[in-house]
Amino acid sequence: MQEINTILATDCGSTTTKAILIEKRGEEYRLIVRGEAPTTVESPFEDVTRGVLNAIREVEELSGRKLLDGEKIIKHSNKVGQSSSVDEGVDLYLSTSSAGGGLQMMVAGVVMTMTAESAARAALGAGAIVMDSIASNDGRLPHQRVERIRKLRPDMILLSGGIDGGTISHVAELAELIGAADPQPRFGTGFDLPVIFAGNKDAREIVEKTLDEKTSLSIVENLRPVLERENLGPARLKIHDLFMEHVMAHAPGYKKLMGWTDVPIMPTPGAVGLLIETIAKQEGIQVIGVDIGGATTDIFSVFQEVFNRTVSANLGMSYSISNVLAEAGIENIIRWIPFEVEEGDLRNRIRNKMIRPTTVPQTLKELAFEQAIAREALRLAFEQHRSMAVGLKGIQQERTISDAFAQEATGASLVDLMGLDLLVGSGGILSHAPRRVQAALMLMDGFLPEGVTRLAVDSIFMMPQLGVLSTVHEKAATEVFNKDCLIHLGTCIAPVGVGKERGPCFKIRISDFGFRNSAPRTPQSGFEKEVAFGEIAVIPLGIEEKATVTIEPAKGFDVGEGKGKRVEREVEGGVVGIILDGRGRPLALPQEKSERIQKLKNWIEALGIYPDFK
Amino acid sequence: MAHAYTPGLKVTEKFLVRKERRLPLKGEVLSKVGEQVNCDTVVAKTNLPGNVQILNVAGILGCPPQDLGEYLLKKPGDTIRKGETVAQSKGFFGFFKSKAPSPCDGTLESISNITGQAILREPPQPVQVDAYIDGSVVEVFEREGVVVETVATFIQGIFGVGGEIKGELFFVSDKPDEILTEKEIDEKCRDKVLIGGALVTAPAVKKAIEKGAKGIVVGGIEDGDLKAFLGYELGVAITGSETLGITLIITEGFGRMRMADKTFSLLKEHIGERASINGATQIRAGVMRPEIIIPLDSNPPHSPFMKGGKEGGLGLVVGSPIRVIREPFFGQLGKVTGLPSELQTIETESKVRVLEVELSDARRVLLPRANVEMIEG
Repeated sequence: MQEINTILATDCGSTTTKAILIEKRGEEYRLIVRGEAPTTVESPFEDVTRGVLNAIREVEELSGRKLLDGEKIIKHSNKVGQSSSVDEGVDLYLSTSSAGGGLQMMVAGVVMTMTAESAARAALGAGAIVMDSIASNDGRLPHQRVERIRKLRPDMILLSGGIDGGTISHVAELAELIGAADPQPRFGTGFDLPVIFAGNKDAREIVEKTLDEKTSLSIVENLRPVLERENLGPARLKIHDLFMEHVMAHAPGYKKLMGWTDVPIMPTPGAVGLLIETIAKQEGIQVIGVDIGGATTDIFSVFQEVFNRTVSANLGMSYSISNVLAEAGIENIIRWIPFEVEEGDLRNRIRNKMIRPTTVPQTLKELAFEQAIAREALRLAFEQHRSMAVGLKGIQQERTISDAFAQEATGASLVDLMGLDLLVGSGGILSHAPRRVQAALMLMDGFLPEGVTRLAVDSIFMMPQLGVLSTVHEKAATEVFNKDCLIHLGTCIAPVGVGKERGPCFKIRISDFGFRNSAPRTPQSGFEKEVAFGEIAVIPLGIEEKATVTIEPAKGFDVGEGKGKRVEREVEGGVVGIILDGRGRPLALPQEKSERIQKLKNWIEALGIYPDFK
Repeated sequence: MAHAYTPGLKVTEKFLVRKERRLPLKGEVLSKVGEQVNCDTVVAKTNLPGNVQILNVAGILGCPPQDLGEYLLKKPGDTIRKGETVAQSKGFFGFFKSKAPSPCDGTLESISNITGQAILREPPQPVQVDAYIDGSVVEVFEREGVVVETVATFIQGIFGVGGEIKGELFFVSDKPDEILTEKEIDEKCRDKVLIGGALVTAPAVKKAIEKGAKGIVVGGIEDGDLKAFLGYELGVAITGSETLGITLIITEGFGRMRMADKTFSLLKEHIGERASINGATQIRAGVMRPEIIIPLDSNPPHSPFMKGGKEGGLGLVVGSPIRVIREPFFGQLGKVTGLPSELQTIETESKVRVLEVELSDARRVLLPRANVEMIEG
């Protein structure tokens, strides 16, 4: 393989196309510049490559490196620093895409909480939005299911059902429903809708007979070959292939773009998920990543080495902001606003943001409104994620059938906040918060991390490009992710438990500051602080700095080792530092309005969230 | 980004409007290129496949699915009436026969010997597409639809609910800052498109429906009133399919919002004329805004007017008229006096691209570029 010195990667979002240039400097890969331009999938351009070229041109201008020869990307770079009159070309060009609404799928399975749920996990993991799940026991009448399939016009359907050797008739029934609906794809006319069958291998023949003529049918290994095991890989891979072959190939300009890239284009969320998975694996940690956009909020998690992704298709900060209001309720938004607000006025403001989604808050009050809404969007999306990231794992498990049923009945989530090591936020409201501490507090309020948790944000949202890069050059992807993509906010320490207001919550002692970037400063080693219940505080600890801390929770509080049990940990710093969150878990805000506002003001002042709320 | 500004809504006296009128499925086009049509002319029609009904024949007869063949009285492709027997068991010495009757009129599409189910398709449903606007057919999409073109006064709203309707413009407010209440609504409003001022109240919308008005165009509405009107909390801004008995278009935003003078006076010029309006709004990629189209009588052959939505625009320049679309100066008009290229820190401490604006009351303010829209003619 030729040496890779220069990498260009683009992400075609629904509104903006972002390009990044990565170069090998010395022994490590670093981000050099980033450019962006409006996406051009829609009329009047209807050619995604226009936006891609515009974004690359911005990168050219900013970096001084010649990347384009007319409308062609110059492949094979001259080495950086080589004695050439001009630096030019790239060794690798990659792209991700969520333009045109991303990948929209429907899934079907025999039992809603078993094969249909596994199918949904496979689709979500591949980066799709799951428009609906159809199952033999979904409570709908057959003709209602047929109508639903016809109405939704998904990009593709994933049909599962039956463990190998199990039911055939239920699978055949689902295939018949799909056949009766005669579904038409969203893009392009005159071609058949892709359907993937990943169910009982004994039902393949009958499914083929039912659907082969009406759809473009692919058959892959069963995604639930036995009750105790999921096998999502083959279905996910097939989804990626079909995404390229059918969906992308029919989207405007993508055929051309596919000819430019060195590896297949990936759906944006699929690429982000891959990166999160890679990081969790490399560091051996449990991670949650969130990308809160204008229209959707994606959550990725890796717990116990199991990757899960959910997309809340209608929770977002601009196009979908009204839906946050509809789902959370106005009271839940108001509870985060640190001043009096008239409900009707806030409702109108939210609607006005929806109808003019590109506007930005100009006043502090408007910023506080948006950040309050973001907390609720994060909370709701995380609730959905917790309910989806359950049940069987993607690896072989020793479990009896009764265990499987028991788990389903209790809906036990894999998400374990106490075991969470790293929480990464991404998306405009988090990445572009004027003060980084605002992003930290939004993440804390939205997810309520427990115990000791590192917090970070994606500086400029380049996780999609790094995700696809990780499939071909893991070293470059990891180095840029760690050095240029992630902004470490610090570590949050939050005991679980509820106490008396201003009563003891926990005590922290810094036994050793370990590595410090800057000259010695306060606090010094041996520093101690008692945190009262309801209080929040911060200890400065900079980026790449570490400290060993001893946390002594008060009676009834737990930081990971059990109630009242002491914990010693090494914690990492960041642009915010060590955040001491004594507000308790679950977090309860005062019911009385003036008390609640005063409480919010105290926290805002303690962390320096806003300039004027002292 | 080079063009980080919001293109404004169109409020244009004369505009060459082109409307695609397509069938949901292929069918028959009834108009030809060059044909003059009025808004009610049917330009294309088709039949949508009927709904599917599923009949568990094996279950009803109590037989294994693979044995169904011997009991069937109908075969795939046969037409069938409601109540007609699809299959019948042989019974016991000819007695106690079980019958599986069809739940609907239609055709028998298929029978599965795996699931024992029959799929029955109801008769097709006819669908027609009308011209929506008075004009001439300028393009035909074979078996799919046509493009109708007309020169019209064209006004885009910011948000709407309800689909396409046609009606006569009727003023119920005298000034663009007035509130439209139920008092202004009476029998004269029947079949009319009502033009209000800054706000319409929920009782006024309710009374307008009662009195048979077809549409309301107004500057703003309180969100709480919209919720009362819809009967639910609006989630995502994809509208147009509501069937509430009226189409509502707001031109400025939520809350009490004085209708822009240009919009108000333009509508006033056409009192009593027939307009085609559509509340359908989609605020996502492929933005769709509600619209008011008032076809004009004169139809100049080579119009100098811009065509629907294809122009890129020059962007903001010094002197461009703008409207502020976010607090704290929401709704105010002004003109661009400067476009500093450097990022500037605003009250929130964000660094953004800004522009200097002289508001209509002569105040000079600095605003994020994202928070203004161009007033387009």
